[in-house]
Amino acid sequence: MIRVENLVKHFGGVKAVNGVSLTIEEGTITGLIGPNGAGKTTLFNCIAGAFPPTGGDIYLDGERITGLKPHELFSRGLLRTFQIAHEFSTLTVRDNLMMVPGEQPGESLWNACVFPTRAHTREKEISDRVDDIVDFLNIKHVEHELAGNLSGGQKKLLELGRTMMVDAKIVFLDEVGAGVNRTLLNTIGDAIVRLNQERGYTFCMIEHDMAFISRLCDPVIVMAEGEVLATGTAEEVQQDEGVIEAYLGGGRKVAKNTDAAS
Amino acid sequence: MSTDTINALVLFANFILVPGITYGSQLALGALGITLVYAVLRFSNFAHGDTMAFGCMFTILTTWWLQSMGVSLGPLPTALLALPVGIAMTAVLVIVFDKLVYKHYREQKSAPVVFVIASVGVMFVTNGLVRFIIGPNDQQFSDGMRFLVRARDFKKATGLDEGLTIKLTQGLTVVIAIVAMLLLFYFLQRTRTGKAMRAYSDNEDLALLSGIDPKKVVITTWLIVAALTTLAGVLYGLDKSFKPFTYFQLLLPMFAAAIVGGVGKPLGAILGGFIVAFSEILLTYAYKKLIGYIAGERPETLVQLLSTDYKFAVSFMILVVVLLWRPTGILRGKTI
Repeated sequence: MIRVENLVKHFGGVKAVNGVSLTIEEGTITGLIGPNGAGKTTLFNCIAGAFPPTGGDIYLDGERITGLKPHELFSRGLLRTFQIAHEFSTLTVRDNLMMVPGEQPGESLWNACVFPTRAHTREKEISDRVDDIVDFLNIKHVEHELAGNLSGGQKKLLELGRTMMVDAKIVFLDEVGAGVNRTLLNTIGDAIVRLNQERGYTFCMIEHDMAFISRLCDPVIVMAEGEVLATGTAEEVQQDEGVIEAYLGGGRKVAKNTDAAS
Repeated sequence: MSTDTINALVLFANFILVPGITYGSQLALGALGITLVYAVLRFSNFAHGDTMAFGCMFTILTTWWLQSMGVSLGPLPTALLALPVGIAMTAVLVIVFDKLVYKHYREQKSAPVVFVIASVGVMFVTNGLVRFIIGPNDQQFSDGMRFLVRARDFKKATGLDEGLTIKLTQGLTVVIAIVAMLLLFYFLQRTRTGKAMRAYSDNEDLALLSGIDPKKVVITTWLIVAALTTLAGVLYGLDKSFKPFTYFQLLLPMFAAAIVGGVGKPLGAILGGFIVAFSEILLTYAYKKLIGYIAGERPETLVQLLSTDYKFAVSFMILVVVLLWRPTGILRGKTI
């Protein structure tokens, strides 16, 4: 579904992503893990169009999407959430969700003034969908709150809710579980599995919680220092020598150096 | 209540309340435009005053044409009939400037200051256009009934020493401003486009990642701004007179209004408009007569805090004080 070929992104002298090639198969929940600074979020940003890559190509269903703008990708069914939750803080939770679907007739002044019923019918459909989602995500009690007043965890749920407002093909989740308590994490996990099975969403998620990853993700891709280190099931990558090296390597080197010194 | 107290109240209403509300409404409409551009397009639009002049100019030209055809609205000024033409022409102007100038910088994701400087350029060009088409002189275009309440009739009816004058244009200004503001708030709070504008203003990155079409948001914003500026310009011109340079000068009180209220907040712009208008009038009014009625004895001096020549300095002082003490404005808008 997504094919990344030899992707490179440099910020000045920093090689954040340095020649990454990977594929994300349709219907999977692919995990993307790696130590801090491995280039995971940069990779997401390149794929989701936040900034163009320095080199390399990205394909969605065989179509080259390198360097397209976020809203162009959105209309092709490629959605993302943010590591630090984004929301329209001065709109209510409900309006935040209502905002997501594009091409609403109410969007043009002409339609809003001349064909109010047309705008209204479409808005009703979207509104019904919002009802389902707030129930599904257990945020019905805060639907009329301003989104800016939500807790961190609720904002994460809202992020996930946004991706459910349209028929997405693939959703990139950037640490959707970070800073969220166990119960809420399970709710989010269940939601992801259900979306994957019932609606056929493909997911690619950056996550640090290994238990969460093991439960949801297959396959898991491990990145370190801007490169792909290993790919496999959660168990496989946890036993991979290179991966252990990447996570604990710095510590070992320090230990060796101390030995040498003494 | 003694006659002196009533006379004092009428005097106050005639010289402070009525002009203050009128001028405040005009500034509020202007400041709303500035605040919308700031909130959605993220820059301070220095061309705003001259855009106002441009809209008013086209309304005047259309008014003259209608008058020459013998069309009139009876007691109402013919300019009201010409208003849609003025708004349409202004909409064309701002959208052309957006496509020619601002679009480029938006795509480059330029810093706000670049937009501001570009808008200064747009200001000079618009100003030149207006002077080229209609000339730099004063133009009167108000026709129809002059007064709603006449000082002479008022004195006769009440038997008071002081008269109250309310011009038709003053009444119109307030009514039209209220209707325009209600429509704007309904639009921003209730309609999909209005919410999309607020969402875009709130978090541009996220707006780009949802179904909001930034092009539509930008165009809609300019259309609304064109309507608001033309309204403000025409109402000001009807009430006083049209002179391109005056409109350029209005930039300062309008910016002061937008910033005092909290830039980026529509309600703040309205609040700010009235604060600036009343400050100007209260500080430049000669209180001699008013004190005479209240104290029973007229002071020898005029008791005027500032000469009316310093009218614009008042906005400037307000601006400095607000930026020093509360840079986000009364309603806590975005800082500049």
